[in-house]
Amino acid sequence: MIATLLFACGLVSVLTTIGIVVVLVTESVGFFRQVPIREFLTGTRWAPLFSDQAFGILPLLNGTLLIAFGSMVIALPVGLTSAIYMSEYASPRVRGTVKPILEVLAGIPTVVYGYFALMFVTPIIRQVFPGTGIYNAAAGAIVVGIMIIPMVASLSEDALSAVPRALREAAYGLGATRFEVSTRVVVPAALSGIAASFILAISRAVGETMAVTLAAGATPRMTLNFLESVQTMTAYIVQVSLGETPHGSLEYQTIFAVGLVLFVITLGMNVVSNRITARFREAYE
Amino acid sequence: MSDIALRTEELSVWYGSTQAVKEITLDVPKNQVVAFIGPSGCGKSTLLRCFNRMNDLIPVARVGGKVLFGGANLYDEAVDPVEVRRRIGMVFQKPNPFPKTIYENVAFGLRINGFTGNLDEQVERSLRAAAIWDEVKDRLQDSALGLSGGQQQRLCIARALAVEPEILLMDEPASALDPIATSRIEDLIAELKTDYTIVIVTHNMQQAARVSDLTAFLYLGELIEYGVTQRLFTNPTEERTEQYITGRFG
Repeated sequence: MIATLLFACGLVSVLTTIGIVVVLVTESVGFFRQVPIREFLTGTRWAPLFSDQAFGILPLLNGTLLIAFGSMVIALPVGLTSAIYMSEYASPRVRGTVKPILEVLAGIPTVVYGYFALMFVTPIIRQVFPGTGIYNAAAGAIVVGIMIIPMVASLSEDALSAVPRALREAAYGLGATRFEVSTRVVVPAALSGIAASFILAISRAVGETMAVTLAAGATPRMTLNFLESVQTMTAYIVQVSLGETPHGSLEYQTIFAVGLVLFVITLGMNVVSNRITARFREAYE
Repeated sequence: MSDIALRTEELSVWYGSTQAVKEITLDVPKNQVVAFIGPSGCGKSTLLRCFNRMNDLIPVARVGGKVLFGGANLYDEAVDPVEVRRRIGMVFQKPNPFPKTIYENVAFGLRINGFTGNLDEQVERSLRAAAIWDEVKDRLQDSALGLSGGQQQRLCIARALAVEPEILLMDEPASALDPIATSRIEDLIAELKTDYTIVIVTHNMQQAARVSDLTAFLYLGELIEYGVTQRLFTNPTEERTEQYITGRFG
């Protein structure tokens, strides 16, 4: 009886996942009947909602990757450094205080980060670089970066803490300083776990929606300039979902095609991350 | 003092409120092998770990008394534990090679200590001294984790020897090894004695009898008896020593 109930609960999430994939694929099939896949994947102009329609996803991909890259530049070094601090330097008391705080940071709703970007980060950017628009990729990248620091820090810290004590003792026993133990023994030994946390963080940045929609705007554009407004795949999906696009139209179906691309990217990254973590588990025995 | 490598005076260690080592005073003579024996939890490993300040890494551990080495107290404020550990090497209970190549394992201590000589030569010399050179010379760039347990432990000894310590501390170095690997480690200890002072912790009394010149018997954190190994095993002066070595407790 209890087993059946538990099984049913488990089934709900599995069925939901299957349902999402089925909807994404069937709706996308409808879309690709009218727009060739080649045009979709290689086109450099994205304007499904204009009279002069174009369905090249590259500008959205560009916006997404620009934000993801920018946020990684912030999150990876800061996250890894705090992970090293927590795992190798902090006293148990400090760690017991800092880690929950980091986890609170991870629990802040992303829309709050979006407001933080608009009200705090963008004004600063506009002071430093006059002429920057209200919406710009830099503000999005910065807040997404801050948003995923806790994730990088927490997962990397787990990887570092999992390095056997015996390895640290071996290094200390040879006259290594704490810094040498951290950088030359512990980090290399935990590298696969750290890499896995990085990839999950990239995946999170790619999938992040609210903050980038608020901060980076809605202008699909091929650019590497962080001071311009861009549109990410997720922001586009929000735009259409909330707009007046008629249900079932080609314009409406674009979001499923975009969603499918997004799904494939994040799924791929999670798979890579899992592979790396699985290898990491075998590393010492 | 010149033939004394290390001396403890009234050395005590507490873990929180538990006293693990109780006011132990003993001398470790140069170029001798000293064995610490005693039942589990008697404080023998804790005592050993005072000799290279390894207990510093345990937040709740507190040390009182002195460990004199080269005229200075290792627990003096001015003493840098990093420097202490470079001069007093350690081999651990379980082989703990780094997940690096065999070569890099031995070179590690040299690199971090800014060794300026010929790295290749020093690595080879250390591997030879640890009696493992012939087994690994053709695969120095392979991972150390591919070696057998006994080989890993000799590699760890080579790694410790590479930085040319004055004293080598061994914490039950053969307890995780099979009898053949154990006997190779014991032979190695006998060879190393000419160049190093060795302090070994063991719970294997036969091993203590085979490899050591002096034996200290510890019980519940106290030094019960310390003397020439052969005498201690054949004619102990303390009743508790006799009971322990004849297997009546512990």
